[in-house]
Amino acid sequence: MLLAAIVKTLFIIGVAVGAFAPVITWVERKQSAVMQDRIGANRADIGGVTLLGLLHPLADVLKLLSKEDVVPLGANRVMHLIAPLISAIPAIASFAVIPFGGIYHFGDSTWNLVVADLDWGLLYIFAISSLAAYGGVIAGWASNNNWSLLGSLRASAQVISYEVTMGLSVVGIFMCFATLRLTDMAVAQDSTFRVLGFLEHFGWVSSLGALGHLTLPKWGIFLQPLGFVLFLTCVMAENKRPPFDLPEGESEIIAGYHLEYSGMRFGLFYMSEFIEVVVIAGLLTAIFLGGWSIPWLPQRTLIGAVTPVFGTGFATGLCMVLHVLTFFAKVIAMIWLQMQIRWTLPRPRYDQVMDLCWKIMLPLSLANAMVTAIVILALQGRAA
Amino acid sequence: MIPLEHVIGLSALLFAIGGVGALTRRNLIVILMSIELMLNAANLAFVGFARAWGGSAGQIFVLMVIVVAAAEVAVGLGIVIALFRNRESMNVEDVSLLKW
Amino acid sequence: MSGPQLFFYLFGAAAVVSALGMVLNVRNTVAAAMCLVVTMISLGGIYVVLDAHLVAALQIMVYAGAIVVVFLFVVMLLNLRRDAFPPERQRVTKALGVGLAIGVTWDFLRRMPGALPTAREVAPDFGGYRAVGRALFLEYPLPFEITSLLLLGAIVGAVVLAKRRLD
Repeated sequence: MLLAAIVKTLFIIGVAVGAFAPVITWVERKQSAVMQDRIGANRADIGGVTLLGLLHPLADVLKLLSKEDVVPLGANRVMHLIAPLISAIPAIASFAVIPFGGIYHFGDSTWNLVVADLDWGLLYIFAISSLAAYGGVIAGWASNNNWSLLGSLRASAQVISYEVTMGLSVVGIFMCFATLRLTDMAVAQDSTFRVLGFLEHFGWVSSLGALGHLTLPKWGIFLQPLGFVLFLTCVMAENKRPPFDLPEGESEIIAGYHLEYSGMRFGLFYMSEFIEVVVIAGLLTAIFLGGWSIPWLPQRTLIGAVTPVFGTGFATGLCMVLHVLTFFAKVIAMIWLQMQIRWTLPRPRYDQVMDLCWKIMLPLSLANAMVTAIVILALQGRAA
Repeated sequence: MIPLEHVIGLSALLFAIGGVGALTRRNLIVILMSIELMLNAANLAFVGFARAWGGSAGQIFVLMVIVVAAAEVAVGLGIVIALFRNRESMNVEDVSLLKW
Repeated sequence: MSGPQLFFYLFGAAAVVSALGMVLNVRNTVAAAMCLVVTMISLGGIYVVLDAHLVAALQIMVYAGAIVVVFLFVVMLLNLRRDAFPPERQRVTKALGVGLAIGVTWDFLRRMPGALPTAREVAPDFGGYRAVGRALFLEYPLPFEITSLLLLGAIVGAVVLAKRRLD
């Protein structure tokens, strides 16, 4: 049991932190270059072999490791040291509840491809990400620098504001799937629903006929499109991703709370931002894009189709590999989406960011929850 | 399982530390934080008793205490900010106009 | 000692040590606030050990993740200097106060074992969000509504208090 947990932890952290996060630094540079019609960074090479710039993350790490570790005069040394850690640890700890595969039965052993199958998994994610706020708050104050302090003030207010709407925007999803457990959500999204089924359900059309074959996978994004947009915005603002990166506003307050950090301390902040990108992508996948499930191909159908040819064990193993690959493919798609949004939108002003949270997102999330509740009650009322 | 006496003992200890902090310190913000600590100690006692005797009333009360604490912090810090604007001092002994 | 019990004592020790750190930290208000955060996270851990999962998540989300951030926000906004407080006087009164607190707590801890009724069996879904949520909305709707009014009053009060007068 413990060994399985350790292996799963090493796998997900190895893939997410070790493989994805460095590659995302490359993706950021190349995707922005392609969007801005230029070539991007491609000079780093080993013996004359440049791999389209894929060696740049390695070059970045070497550069950061070899820089002088500067702590500004008059700064609080302890706080200056622990602030990047407070930023990074919740980001990595969020991977504990994200399911990167389903539940597979091999004979009498059951493999549940998630590190911790918490009943309150989504609440755990919210709790952990609210702790990540302290990284930005403490970093600016500990640096004994006015610009850092301004960045910290902006960070603290922005993060705690968007925590509220982040929680409210997924209330609709809670109601649809009736669970907070991310594995149950992924399993619930493993089926399809008829798009025009509500017509037949409410009796407005007697039978759908051929149109009844028009099905969509029961993903969160199709059940809660507004919830998806709201959650995407809120979680990007919560993690201070551009375009909500006013706390690190590069053009206004130099580098905000990152200012007095150099070398590997900054490297840790930098890495934790990209780990957060993967966490956001993983969350969006698990809640809204069906997690590990292949669209229109439920697990049972896949295993049932392969078993007569190759046997149950091989079928389950193949299913597991395909599911894990699907999960990572969806995560990559969500990372791409975040990069697109980052390089397309300009940075709003700070009062616009706050207005967006309290005056637009909060009423919309509440309205979303109310409309979802009404629709669910109407559908249940008909079914009963 | 965790003996109930240990949970309540821990709660009493935290409450005493918070109480001493609220009565002894002169920094307004630390006084408010000590009050928060006392509320947390009370929460721990509620959860301990709820765990020992079942029922959901204990946990409901904890939710109410958390809400009250949040409201109190908001208003308390508003008062602190308003005070600071007038006096430029966070020392609670400077706010003694009504003292006899 | 089983795993959960070990965690309880670890978290309990962390909570007490950081509570002392908060109260005794004279110079640095931000360090005191961070000690309070450690206390609250430890208490959240203790709630998880006691099977009260929803309360633990809310403790960390609301208390550790929002309330203390507001404390830190105010401290940074007002930019308190470290030498704002003259050295402590009234040593005797403080010593008397601490002694009284220790005495009362010791007396309480001495009388407590054996004075509490015995523990009962709890429902298997104790502390889960379904059980607490059902209780909150089915058995205690009135406190729920009253707290929402309380929060409204607090929001209005905080805005009124902190607003700059425009005259």
